[in-house]
Amino acid sequence: MSEAGATKKFLYINRKAPYGTIYAWESLEVVLIGAAFEQDVSLLFMDDGVYQLVKEMQTKGIGMKNFTATYAALGDYEVNKIYIDKDALTERGLTLDDLQHLVWEDENEDWAEKDSIHLVGRDEIADLLDEQDVIFNF
Amino acid sequence: MSIEINGKSIETDEEGYILNLADWTEEIANVLAKEEGIEMSENHWEVVNFLREYYDEYQIAPAVRVLTKSIGKKLGAEKGNSKYLYELFPYGPAKQACKIAGLPKPTGCI
Repeated sequence: MSEAGATKKFLYINRKAPYGTIYAWESLEVVLIGAAFEQDVSLLFMDDGVYQLVKEMQTKGIGMKNFTATYAALGDYEVNKIYIDKDALTERGLTLDDLQHLVWEDENEDWAEKDSIHLVGRDEIADLLDEQDVIFNF
Repeated sequence: MSIEINGKSIETDEEGYILNLADWTEEIANVLAKEEGIEMSENHWEVVNFLREYYDEYQIAPAVRVLTKSIGKKLGAEKGNSKYLYELFPYGPAKQACKIAGLPKPTGCI
């Protein structure tokens, strides 16, 4: 057990399509709150969760808030470990080009833009889960 | 709850944040500011307008830490610090400035 107030490793797993249920938006809000309290945050998108990062969603027809643009703010919150199950992408006929290009700016390197998204295989996902203190599943 | 401006009633939540973003005008901002005990100066507008642009782009109001950093990047280090922002908005820059900007309370607001 870590001491109170210490930084913990939080992993948020996103497994559902973005719109139609409230899971994706709730997850994103919790992620932003956790990051605002300066925790070590990682995100993993797997199963239908990979659809959450697809570019240019239109939600007018279903009357839901369009939060697709909010993922681009993750870099500002220093959330820059965004993992995507590459098999889940392939199984859905998607490639990295279908997703938003999420970046963060490295303060220590004169605000150089760096990629936040990392494609991972299922063996790497097992290691990722293993190293966390706290895992949230949405 | 609601506030009255020029005979028009604007709906707010119980903490005074306006419910419909599209209702916002500069006039409403001035009324909301007055309720917070703030006289809007050019420096106040700069932060309020920055928040509205941020919301327009990302669909969220930034947490105060993110606000401070982003303001610093855009307007310079002498404005991107909590001292400056708390002088403008004594009860919390994210909270008060968001209210005046007609945005929802920031996610993870402190």
